[in-house]
Amino acid sequence: MSTPIQMPALSPTMKEGKITKWLKKEGDKISSGDAVAEVETDKSNLEVEAYEDGYLLKIVVGENESVPVGAPIGYLGEKGEKVEAPVPPPKAAPAPAAQAAPPPKPVVAAAKPPPPAAPMPRLQVGPAQVVPIRREEETQSEEGRLRASPLAKRMAEERGLDLNAMQGSGPQGRIIKRDIEAALTQGATAPRLGPSLAVPAAVERREPQVVPLSSIRRVIAQRLSEVKPGVPHFYLTVDIEMDAAMQIREEAKALDAKISVNDIVVKAAAIALRRMPKMNVSLQGERLLQYANVDIGIAVAIEEGLITPIIRDADQKGLSAIAAEARDLAERARRKALKPQEYNGGSLTISNLGMFGVDSFVAVINPPQASIVAIGQVADKAVVRGSQVVVRKMMSATLSGDHRVIDGALGAEYLRELKGLLEHPMRLLF
Amino acid sequence: MAEMMYREALNQALAEEMARDTNVLLMGEEVGLYDGAFKVSQGLLARFGSARVVDTPISELGFCGIGVGAAMVGLRPVVELMTWNFALLAIDQILNNAAKLRHMSGGQLRCPIVFRGPAGAGGRLSSQHSQEFDVVYSHFPGIKVVAPATPSDAKGLLKSAIRDDNPVVMFEGERLYAIKGEVPDGELLVPIGKAEVKREGRDVSIITWSRMYYFCEQAAAELEKEGIRAEILDLRSLRPLDEEAILNTVKKTNRAVVVEEGWPHGGFGAQVVDTIQAKAFDHLDAPVRRVTGLDVNMSYAANLENAIQPDAPRIIEAVKNVMYREEA
Repeated sequence: MSTPIQMPALSPTMKEGKITKWLKKEGDKISSGDAVAEVETDKSNLEVEAYEDGYLLKIVVGENESVPVGAPIGYLGEKGEKVEAPVPPPKAAPAPAAQAAPPPKPVVAAAKPPPPAAPMPRLQVGPAQVVPIRREEETQSEEGRLRASPLAKRMAEERGLDLNAMQGSGPQGRIIKRDIEAALTQGATAPRLGPSLAVPAAVERREPQVVPLSSIRRVIAQRLSEVKPGVPHFYLTVDIEMDAAMQIREEAKALDAKISVNDIVVKAAAIALRRMPKMNVSLQGERLLQYANVDIGIAVAIEEGLITPIIRDADQKGLSAIAAEARDLAERARRKALKPQEYNGGSLTISNLGMFGVDSFVAVINPPQASIVAIGQVADKAVVRGSQVVVRKMMSATLSGDHRVIDGALGAEYLRELKGLLEHPMRLLF
Repeated sequence: MAEMMYREALNQALAEEMARDTNVLLMGEEVGLYDGAFKVSQGLLARFGSARVVDTPISELGFCGIGVGAAMVGLRPVVELMTWNFALLAIDQILNNAAKLRHMSGGQLRCPIVFRGPAGAGGRLSSQHSQEFDVVYSHFPGIKVVAPATPSDAKGLLKSAIRDDNPVVMFEGERLYAIKGEVPDGELLVPIGKAEVKREGRDVSIITWSRMYYFCEQAAAELEKEGIRAEILDLRSLRPLDEEAILNTVKKTNRAVVVEEGWPHGGFGAQVVDTIQAKAFDHLDAPVRRVTGLDVNMSYAANLENAIQPDAPRIIEAVKNVMYREEA
């Protein structure tokens, strides 16, 4: 007997989901726990897991199609079994609230006893973390009332957590103390930034604009991909005199602010990106995305490897805000407590190995970003200034660019801007 | 520190207070020649004489009234009721006279009297002799109510009750009299109106009094094996109620189970729950649960008698429920 794979409710507010990609084909053998499809929700892209063993008999919702929560997206069953007249999935249409609630009737003969209640759909968040998700009707009672214990509400209020973004583990999905504690330790909900660190209210998040690829750009992209498959990299290096930037650090200390070299680099990279929007792009398939906001990734080494959490709107933030956010993101990255939306997106990453004594290196771009800047250590070097050999604090910055969308000259201009900002940090103010 | 039975601790309290203050006297059925129906007054007649250890007729209304009158004129009577079931005959003297004399006399009269005796199920005594009255007497202003669980608290509370200038009702227990416990040497006065944390924990608060305390300890020991550290708060006094202690433990653990031997409908535990919801609402992580006796008259049959009373498994179940370990 075939079993429908339903569109799961992957977030409390999700009403429908769009299949972005099928990870399995019809006829594939499926084991319980396998990710079968990627779904784009109102929040992020997540994977749908199968909760039974069997074969994927039929896919009824194609890629880029949307269906309401609870609608079948495919059918599992015995090998070679026929799916009897699968109900055509309701199309994306605006789903009335009631439609999301009742799971669809089994498609097989009505006379048979109803199948046992399906286990809760599971949601794969990030690489490993599996969080059981309750069905919508369990999480939210009629009228979408949020259930939380009085204590949980108070804790959330005190710590600035958004209860709406949380899943409760108590009866009927009630959010209780342990959920708040888990959120605090795992960072499932980022604490609201204090007033001094808050993003200025003026910053508006705007959707990136899709720019049609010019035919020359298309050809460049195609040709370069033939030579260098994947993301064709090119590299540019500059040496930057950091004496003035280091002075900022010292002055920050006097203000009891802990600012790292990297924080200053992030700020400068963001301002440079703001000034050179052509660098603030991403090639995603056939689409070139022109970002309106400046989001900078910071590469953080963790035990299992590397992750790049994003500092959003870094061009709009002060150094102490960037420093605080970078510390928080790095700390939670090491605890594997970042939410997907905290490391997705961005157009440029700063990767810094200076603390390991590395003078210079080249870094690999983190797609779909278009560039990465590899930062070496700040070290006293003998340099020539006005025909004199003098000692300066020098740092190398190596840009890796996605040559499909960024050319050498553009990259060079960006580096010149970055170098100017760091050597004359006063310019960061303008 | 000496180990003694609950009845011995009460006997010590009576003897010490009678020796300390010649106005203290004991009266009741069989308290003298028979040494007390439960041997609480053992040896007191011989030591203090028949003027201060008075055997009364089987007439609760009469001897309770005599006690109230004696208190009005300056004595400090301790009236022993063979069981609290019999006090139903005397309830007018206790609640309408003792509890209201100060008020009715505009403060001119005091009524320093103690009414004490066993309450609760005694073991195969059936419905007329197996009742808790804690909520009945606690309901009335003008009277203090204590219900000690341990020999030490029994001694200390009885001594405090005898010295109190207001009427005090003290609930003991037939099944408590033979329980042994450490009692500190020397003068022991347990303040009326003060609860005590008998077991420290941080996961859940079990709030109880009197004999149920021992079931709570059993439950807590079992729960500890599963990693649940229960805190046990023994109220000891029901009026005045130690709200501060209740709120402190609930604020610490965020969860509470209230355990009482009596019936669920309008039971004293409901008063405790009300205190919690009204004054610690924002500290609750789960609804408060009560464990009570079943809402029936007590059976004579031993198996049914056991089934009607709360026990450790039922307390454990309630704790796991408020810990969200099990669905109700």
